[in-house]
This record gives sequence, C-alpha cells and structure tokens, in this order.
Amino acid sequence: MTEIKAKGYLSPLTEEAKTNKWLYLKEWLCTTDAKRIGVLYLAFSAVMGLFGGILSILIRIELAHHGPVLFADPSLYNALPGFHATAMIFFFIIPAFTGAGNFVVPIQIGAPDMAFPRLNLAAFWILPPAALVTFFGFFINSLPEFGWTGYPPLSNNVYSGMLGADFWVLGLVLVGVSSTMAAVNFLATIFNMRCKGMKLFQLPLFTWSIIVTSFLILAATPVLTSALLMLTFERMFPGVFHFFNPAGGGDPVLYQHLFWFYSHPAVYIMILPGFGIISSVVQTFSRKHIFGYVLMAWSMMAIAVLGFVVWAHHMYTTGIALEVRVGFMFLTMLIAVPTGIKIFSWMATMWGGSLKFDTPMLFAIGFIAMFTLGGLSGVVLASVSVDIQLHDTYYVVAHIHYVLVAGSMLTLFAGLYYWYPKVSGKMYNEFWGRVHFWLTAIFLNVTFFLQHWMGVAGMPRRYYDYDPQFEWANMISSGGAVVLFLAQLIFVANLVWSWKYGEDAEDNHWYGDGIHLEWMVPSPPDHHNFPEPPEWKPIIRQHVSADQPGGLWHRQQ
Amino acid sequence: MSAQDGSVMEGPGPGEESLGVTNGKIGMWTFLVMDAMTFAGILAGYARLRWTPDSMWPFPIDAFGVIGIQLTALNTFILICSSVAMVHVLAEQMRGNMDRAEKWLMATIGGGLIFLGIQAFEWTHLIIDKFHLLMDAGYNQNFPATFYLLTGFHGMHVAVGVIYNTIILMAIRRGRVTKDHTSTVEIAGLYWHFVDLIWILVFTFVYLI
Repeated sequence: MTEIKAKGYLSPLTEEAKTNKWLYLKEWLCTTDAKRIGVLYLAFSAVMGLFGGILSILIRIELAHHGPVLFADPSLYNALPGFHATAMIFFFIIPAFTGAGNFVVPIQIGAPDMAFPRLNLAAFWILPPAALVTFFGFFINSLPEFGWTGYPPLSNNVYSGMLGADFWVLGLVLVGVSSTMAAVNFLATIFNMRCKGMKLFQLPLFTWSIIVTSFLILAATPVLTSALLMLTFERMFPGVFHFFNPAGGGDPVLYQHLFWFYSHPAVYIMILPGFGIISSVVQTFSRKHIFGYVLMAWSMMAIAVLGFVVWAHHMYTTGIALEVRVGFMFLTMLIAVPTGIKIFSWMATMWGGSLKFDTPMLFAIGFIAMFTLGGLSGVVLASVSVDIQLHDTYYVVAHIHYVLVAGSMLTLFAGLYYWYPKVSGKMYNEFWGRVHFWLTAIFLNVTFFLQHWMGVAGMPRRYYDYDPQFEWANMISSGGAVVLFLAQLIFVANLVWSWKYGEDAEDNHWYGDGIHLEWMVPSPPDHHNFPEPPEWKPIIRQHVSADQPGGLWHRQQ
Repeated sequence: MSAQDGSVMEGPGPGEESLGVTNGKIGMWTFLVMDAMTFAGILAGYARLRWTPDSMWPFPIDAFGVIGIQLTALNTFILICSSVAMVHVLAEQMRGNMDRAEKWLMATIGGGLIFLGIQAFEWTHLIIDKFHLLMDAGYNQNFPATFYLLTGFHGMHVAVGVIYNTIILMAIRRGRVTKDHTSTVEIAGLYWHFVDLIWILVFTFVYLI
C-alpha cells in the first residue's frame, strides 16, 4: 500500500488514512471541510453535465435528418428535452456554482469554513439521491414527456399518469431543499464570518454574486416547491385537488405563474455566479481593479430584484391581459440596463489593461462576446408582438443556449481553469486548455447560431420531426453539437490528467496578480484555510488609468 | 469541526466583521425567508383561485359555521398564548432560572399540542359532516383543496415546532442547554413565532375574509 502524498486540504487527516485509501475516501465522503465539499459538488456536477450532454447528443442525432433516425418510438424522444434541461439546470449548472462557491467563498472572506459545516455536507448528500429519484423513470422505463416545465394539464394524472413523472416532481423538490440549504449556509457565512477589514463593499465580486444568488434561491425556489406540491396533490388525489384543472374550478395558468416565478429568477441563479467569476478573471488578467466595483455589486442586486417582476414574459401566449403583457415587456427590457452596466464595466476593466490571454481569460472574453448576443436575442423575445411569433420555436432554444451554454457554461469553465491551480495545487495543460476553448467557442456557434434562423422560419421546438426544408440547418447544428460535446471530453481529460501529472502550481499562480485572499494562501490551501485569522487591507477602488500610479494592480503596501 | 464538547454549539463562530449575532440566528432568519416564500406561493395560488369571477367560493361563515370559526379563533388564541410562553422561556433563561424556563417550555409545547388536537378534530368534522354538503351545493371544489393544503402545511410546521421544542426541553433537562445557551432558545423561538405569524395570515385568509 503506497502512502497517500497530498498537500494542504487534500492530505489525509489521520495517520491511518495515509496508508488506507478506503479510509481516505471515507474521509472525503464524510467531510465537513467546505473545500472538499466544493470538490465533491464539482465532481458530481461534472458527471451530471456529461449525462445531460449525452441526452442532448441523442436529441441532436434524432434531429439530424427529418423522419425517424435514432428512435422508432417518438415518445422516448419526447422525454429527452425535458430530462436534458433538468439534468443541466438542476444537477449541472446550479451545483457546479454551489461547488465553486463552497471552495472559494470562505477563503475569499477570510473564514476557516462555512457557518454550518454539517448542513453543508447534508446539502450535498441530498443531491445524488435527488438525481436518482429525478431520473428514476429511466430505470423503470416510464419517462414523462411534458418537458422540464411540466405544465398541467399535460402533466396531470390523465395525460402523464406514469410513475416516472411523480419521481421527477419529487426529485425537483429535493433539489430545491438542497439548494436552499446551501443558500442559508452561504448567507450566514458571508454576513457573519468575514475577517477583519472585510466590509461588505470590500467583498470580492464573486462573493457578492453568491450573496445575491443565495437571496434569489431563498425567495424563488420555495415558490417552485409550492407549485410542485400542488401538482403532486393533484396527481395523487385527482378527485380532491383541482388547483390547475378548470373542470374543478382550477386554473392551469396559475401553475405557469408559480413555475415562472421560480424559473425566471432561476436563470439569474445560473448566471450571476458566472458574472462574479468573470469579474475575478477579467481583473486578474487585465492587471487592473474591476471598473465600477460598487455599481457592479448594485447592478447584480438590480438584476435580482427585476428578475422577480418579469416572469410573465414566458407566458405571452397564455391569454393574459395585453396591458399586463406590455408591463412585463417593459420590465424585461429594463434588465438590459444593469446587464449592460456589467458588460461595459468588464470591457472598461480590460481597456488599457495589461492583458494576458491564458485559458480563463479566453473563456471570459468569449463569454462577454457570446453572452451579449444571447442577451440581445433576449430583448427580441421580450417584445410581446415578436414573441407571439417566436414562442415555442427554435429561436427560444437558440436564445437559452446562448445564455446558458455561451453564458453560464463558459463562465464555469473560466472559473474552473482560473481556480484549478488553487484547488488541485497543480497546473492544467495550457495548450489543451486553449484547444478546448477554441473548439467550444467555434462549435457552440455552429450548433446554436442557425437555430435562430430555424425559429424565425417557424421550426417548433421539442418536436420529434420537422419540415424537410430545415434539414440542412439541423444537420449542421447536430454536427456542431457532437463536436461541442467531444470537446468537453478534452476538458475533463485535461483536468483529471493534470490533477496527477500536472506541474506544481504557485500560491499566487496567475503571474502573482491575484489580489483576493484565495491567492494569499498556499495552493492547495490547508484544512482550515488560514493558520490564523487574516486581516484584509481595504482596497481603494479609484478609477485610475493603467499608466497612472495606482492604476496597475499591486497595492502599495 | 467534529469535536463535540457536550454543548449544543456547533461549527465555527462569527468572524471579526459580522452582523453582531450568532451564525445560527442568521441561518434561522434566512430559512424563514425561504419558508415565508413557500407559504407566499401557496397563498398566492389560493388568492388566484378564490378571487376569480364566478369562482363559486363559499363564504367562511357558510363553510365553517359560527361555531367553527369561533373554535378556530380559540385555537388561534391558544397558539398566540403558546408564543407568549416561548417568550417567557427565554426571559427566565436569561434570568438564569432554568426550572421556570423548563415549565414555560412545557406550556409552549402543550399549546402546540392542543392546537394540533383541535385542528385534527376540526378536519375530521369537516371531512365527515361538512365539505361534501358544500360540494353538493355546487361550490368550488378547490375550497376544500386549498383549505387542506394551507392548514395542513401549517399544521406540519406546528408539528415540527413541537418536536423542535421537545428536543430543546430534553436538552434543558439533561443540562446541555443551560442559562448560557440563550441563542439556542432564541432561535427556536424565532421559528415558533414565525409559525404563529403564518397562522394569523392563514386564519385571516381562510376563516375571516
């Protein structure tokens, strides 16, 4: 038995675990160290991301030609988009950001750990069983076909009587419980456990984004839970509960209101931590303080507040009053203002900076460009008259993928490459990192760009088959999707290989330009982050151009 | 982190920069935000179903009768008294009088149990004698559905609160919560007052207007 040689928080806690890898594994699975839990979250979300990716490949292969390609039975196909979305949203993006937050936030605020370490572990351990429950339909061959939205009446017991649908609903409730537990933990940690000098408006923007995201989770997720509870009651006791059934005095649109009251803020839950990551990456690789720090924090809060009053823009075609729709259109377009503040502040941060184009920065710049496109197609969809035409077409698919793949996923990659030296103590392979970036950036556009056109030309989403005129575009899109998926295997292989064989990383790895506390501790950090509570020297966040004194990075001591 | 010194304190404490309260209190407050939003979702659904033209929603007086509303008003009073008793638990604990704190806590738990008992009696009565008559009279079928969902979900919270308070009671008896652990009691009190507050909303929406 070889001895486990690992540094920092990766090292075994007891002497026995040093020679016994089962004890070491047990130590990991029962850990209350936020850093290890963060790595567990990331590993879990990577598995679920690959699973969701495989589902998307199955969808795209089926759509490569018109007519049946892969599935003789359309009902299996019908189930896939919903499960792809469920896997990606609830089990990939959200846990991945929770994982990044778990690792980084306690260190960034100078705390030894999260406020409730055991709650933290419990929140993680709800996820794998929740995934099993959510996807249980795959094991018993009873997959619901109502998409990830689960609108009644399609999702009631008459049209979706299968057991798999009940498991899906239950699984989503469990995921909600897990993410609210994590949110409670983050808020208690960030509000109460900051080190000396770390005032709220000294917090790194990633930590700010986790605060805002946690509030979004706290306020939005329970509303989805209440909608799912009502749906479950209606499915289980159809003679008694008629919340969404007009025959019993219910209202199917009520479900949509409750669902989108969660699911619109959910897109900000999926993008705000990414904004925080980009703010960290851009300033490090520009060697400049983030431009407009205070406004960057407030614009995130503005996005969060506005995010709660725009949900009906998903429901323009449900017959709600025109005045209401116009109001929601106005509020939706208003979100472009704080988002624009963020985009321009990132660009202003880069302006005149000493730019370094390492993989994290490539992903950050790719994100800014692509997310702007996704944001603009969002403004198009926000307009009532246009949306009535585009509703439930591939334009919506293109928009959401530009926002979530080109948005959340690119930020996630930027963050993973950026903090990888810190997490593992090793350096990933820069060449393959760049290959991963360029393949992702190119094939993401190959996959999704033509879908805008398909949508405008009238191809509906979620359908098993389509008009032959869309065949060439779908073929390109499917080809792009396969390459895009394969490119992600490079990423996984790169990180896994480097974990063992990579070169040792330095403490402040990125040219010594990291200024937040996570770069002041060893790579990888020790079990309790800091040998003694650190003290944060407040940053004076003045806007000085890069060639002036104080404009470049290093704070005068 | 796993080292336990026999007290109920757990996890790391506040840092240099904090809000001046314990971590647990922020945890409970943020949890209550979440819980309030769950009730908000259900109450919004209730409002939407009820205040729709031609919803055929019965007036509370028709559905429950004068006696029914009065019984539930008594129940509300009992729950509020239980909340007051919880305040006394903390007050006595801060004075260092753990015997009296224990007795007040028993009164708190008793109040919760009486509330649950009356509610169970009421549910039984409504199921057996009342709601089928309303349905036969052509009222909206979602009236009982939302009634069960709201009062049931709240009742579940009361049950959880009773268990929570019982755990605190046992901890006091075993000396694991002493006069120094006021924050443990205060946090349990926050939850209990919240359940009380939610009931006042539910009572107003379902029984009064």
